[in-house]
Amino acid sequence: MNEFMMIFRHSPDPSMELSPEQLQESIKQWQDWIGGIAGQGKFSSTNQLGYEGKTLKPDGIVTDGPYAEVKEIIGGYLIAKAASLDEAMKLAEGCPILHVGGHVEVRNIIPIN
Amino acid sequence: MKENELIPHLFKTEYRKIISVLCKLFGIANIAVAEDIVNDTFLLAAESWGSKGIPTNPTAWLYTVAKNKTKDSLRRDKVFSDKVSVKIKEDRKNIEEFEVDLTDQNIQDSQLKMIFAICSPLISVEAQIGLALRILCGFGIEEIAQAFLSNKDTINKRLYRAKEKLRKANIPVDLPPHAEISDRLQPVLRTIYLLYNEGYYSSTQNNILRKDLCYEAMRLTYLLIGCEETNIPATRALMALMCFHSSRFESRVSPEGKYLLYEEQNEADWDMDLIRKGDYFLNQAAQGHKASKYHYEAAIAYWHCRKEDSKEKWENILQLYNRLLQIEYSPVAALNRTLALSKARSKEIALTEALKINLDKSHLYHALLADLYKGISLEKHKEHLNTALKLAKSEADKEFLQAKIEQLN
Repeated sequence: MNEFMMIFRHSPDPSMELSPEQLQESIKQWQDWIGGIAGQGKFSSTNQLGYEGKTLKPDGIVTDGPYAEVKEIIGGYLIAKAASLDEAMKLAEGCPILHVGGHVEVRNIIPIN
Repeated sequence: MKENELIPHLFKTEYRKIISVLCKLFGIANIAVAEDIVNDTFLLAAESWGSKGIPTNPTAWLYTVAKNKTKDSLRRDKVFSDKVSVKIKEDRKNIEEFEVDLTDQNIQDSQLKMIFAICSPLISVEAQIGLALRILCGFGIEEIAQAFLSNKDTINKRLYRAKEKLRKANIPVDLPPHAEISDRLQPVLRTIYLLYNEGYYSSTQNNILRKDLCYEAMRLTYLLIGCEETNIPATRALMALMCFHSSRFESRVSPEGKYLLYEEQNEADWDMDLIRKGDYFLNQAAQGHKASKYHYEAAIAYWHCRKEDSKEKWENILQLYNRLLQIEYSPVAALNRTLALSKARSKEIALTEALKINLDKSHLYHALLADLYKGISLEKHKEHLNTALKLAKSEADKEFLQAKIEQLN
């Protein structure tokens, strides 16, 4: 089995704040989707990325924020086991990032030995 | 207690104590010497108590004889005593003054250390469970063979090989260093968990034996809880899990001896005292940042101790299975998650997910699919019941599925 990384990208609306109920609902949606992958025995790991971040550039310049000069940011990632990129793409279906205008980038992982 | 019941009873309770103390004293390399001493002690008890009657304090009698037999061994066996005498010299005693410490405190300490020595990843999990049953629980070879649905010969060989490996690796009979406790506890907890499952889900029909296995797993966990070093949240979560499961032990069997499904069980037969204990340990387990698989399994078992169906119950169970599967995949958890999905969401959603699961060879998978197709497609419902019946191995499963098929016709 190969590993693939699904990278969740979206353009967050800084003015939008989720109510506790909405947050709860969002967690459920993510957990149901991840649980579906794990239930097929194809889950490796996942992490959410926070909004806190800085960017280091070659000349020592540090800029605030995780934004790499685009307004789109990476919200998190999930590493899944799949035989092929096509199978990994199938697993990406139903990812909750798609419901908030975001998208999933699926990449093959090359282990470094 | 009658004499013919007393010795087997004492064997169960005292064998493990004496052998643990001796193993800690001699080192795991001399486990065979320790076994001989304890076996001889019980043999002498059987002979002497039969002719002279039972002593006033049988346990003290056993301890005294075991102590004397240890001294005899030290005197007689030069090679052995050379190894052990190092230890005695450290204690600045000669063999005559030498005492085997059979105080409660040392017994407790020795048993705890033996748990770590036996639950070593060096030997297979099956061998760990077998050795744990023999050395830590005082089970006879016959009983172990029955629990594993195997024969005495196979078990004897398996235990012999395992002891050889421990001997060659010279596994210390000691607690791991403080910094390693949490890591080293993982295989220990896993072995105890599997020992419990062996009892709870085993295919052996002997219900008393099954209960004994579960009880022993709980006793070992209790030992770990009694020691500050090993009383970590995961240990308490494992205890909670076992309390919740055990609360339903009696209700799983009908008065006629038939196994009952969860739905068929009478709630009134559930052991409330064990459920309360489970609640207590689960609360105690809610510390630290990382939840173990035992936390999730215990929390799922907690919800199953509430019989009435509610959206809240199934939503919670679903979310717990989602998390559990991320820690460790198992086919049973995957199927149970899908069942929870059907209860918390809908059969249609669960069906879509179920069809993504690749467990085509499992009768449980087809039984679940049959369940989900019920009310959606009668044809598919029948088809999967028939496939499940073809794949089922145990008589109880076959009977259950056969009855469902007959209901349809």
